[in-house]
Parts: sequence; structure tokens; C-alpha cells
Amino acid sequence: MLISNMEVVPGKKIISHLGLVQGSTVRAKHAGRDIMAGLKNIFGGELKGYTELLAESRDEAIERLKEQAQAIGANAIVNVRFSTSSIAAGASEIFVYGTAVIVEDR
Amino acid sequence: MGQLIVFLVLLGLGYFFGRMAESRHYKRIHQREQAYRKLLVMPEKFPPIEYTRHGSTLVSGNVVISVDYFKTVAAGLRSFFGGRVAAYESLLDRARREAVLRMQEEAKAKGADAIYNLKFETARIGDSAGQGLGSVEVLAYGTALIPTPNMRAERIARANLATQNAG
Repeated sequence: MLISNMEVVPGKKIISHLGLVQGSTVRAKHAGRDIMAGLKNIFGGELKGYTELLAESRDEAIERLKEQAQAIGANAIVNVRFSTSSIAAGASEIFVYGTAVIVEDR
Repeated sequence: MGQLIVFLVLLGLGYFFGRMAESRHYKRIHQREQAYRKLLVMPEKFPPIEYTRHGSTLVSGNVVISVDYFKTVAAGLRSFFGGRVAAYESLLDRARREAVLRMQEEAKAKGADAIYNLKFETARIGDSAGQGLGSVEVLAYGTALIPTPNMRAERIARANLATQNAG
């Protein structure tokens, strides 16, 4: 599965558009990490735990995006966009969407 | 009185450790930006003609950076008087540049020549009390253009020819 956030795929030709596909996940941080984050809010610096958490969530959202695209018979997803929203204190939603297409070599 | 002492201690800790973390981070950013200068990162939507035979894949980099206590207080004061909030400016600048560097790292590991259609995404992760900025997440993503195995073989052949001619 080819994933790209460009509208065109270099070296390939889009032969069919299959429409919008999306994947999302909601993750909460756990209390231990929250206490560490509270301390970090005094000293400053990177919150490695959160960085990893969000990266993992994004991977999962992309997995779901791929599953959806595969189910409708696409072999590539173009114009992919990410969106993050914090829906409650300590929980955030990661949303990824794109256009499922069928490409072939030019 | 006790509260005031706690406040001043936190302020001092935030100022000292926060500044240290920031200057260290900037040093690392400058070093790595030097190292990755050759890997182009462009916000253009369509890559130029040289890249039309490349393979492509999505690459991204993210980072969550926390404010320190001093920055929180400084920004609080600033929002009373209005104007530039320099404390947060440097925080976001660091986060963006770090995110781009991580994206470049991923692209380099995949052997990319360039990254096109760079997009940024910024999200605020509030602290438990829900006041102030807490921490900020920046995500940078784009499409890495990776030379195909054929192109790589061609390049090596060309480089060998050049050295032979020179010798």
C-alpha cells in the first residue's frame, strides 16, 4: 500500500478514484505519565512518553486507514492529512484521512 | 509567606532548568540541521521533473515539548499587558524544527532524496489543571521521494565512470 500526502504519485498513473478513507483512534495518557508530565511542566523539556504515545496512535490510525482502503480494493492512498484534537483532559483523538486510489506504473 | 517561598523556588527552578534545557536543545538542533542540510524539505505540492521517476512514501516526525514554570509565569504576565510572548515563541520554534529533523531522519533512513508537500500540525496538550499551555505537540509530515533500485545502480555506474575518466 502506497501512502503519500501529495496529489500525484511520481512515476505512476492514477487510473481510478475510490473515494475518501479514514482512520482514527482515541488515546488517553496514563496517570504515571501524567505525574511525570506535571513535573516536567516545572522544569521544561521534551515529554518522551507523550511523543511515543502520539506516534503509536498515529501508526494505529494509519493501520486502520490502510485496512479500509484495502477493503475497497485500493492499492494507494493519496492526499493524506492528519488531524489532532484533544477531546477531554488527558485524551486526544488522532484522525487521518485520504483518498483511496488505484495506481499503475506509467 | 510559605506560598511565596514555594512560588519563588518553582520560578527559580523553572528559570534555571528551563534555560538549560532550551540552550542544549538549540545546540542539538543546530548540529543536526547542519547534518541534514542536503536533504531538501519543500512545501511545494508538485515535485519538479527530476523526481518524476522516484518512488514515494509518507514520512513524519513528532515531538511533545513541555513549558517550564518560568515560561508559564512570564506568559501569564504577558497576557496581562499584551504583546509578543517570547517565552512561547521559542518553545514552538524548537518543537517545529525538532519535528522536521525527526522527519528528515526517517526519510534519510529510507534513502530519500527530498521531501515534498511538507505540512505541519500543532496541537495543545493541556496540563491537568487546565491552565496555561501545558505542553505542545508538533507533527511534521510530507512525502519522501526515494530513488528506485534501478536509479541507484545508474548513479553508482555514473560515479564509477567519472572516477575512471578522472584517473
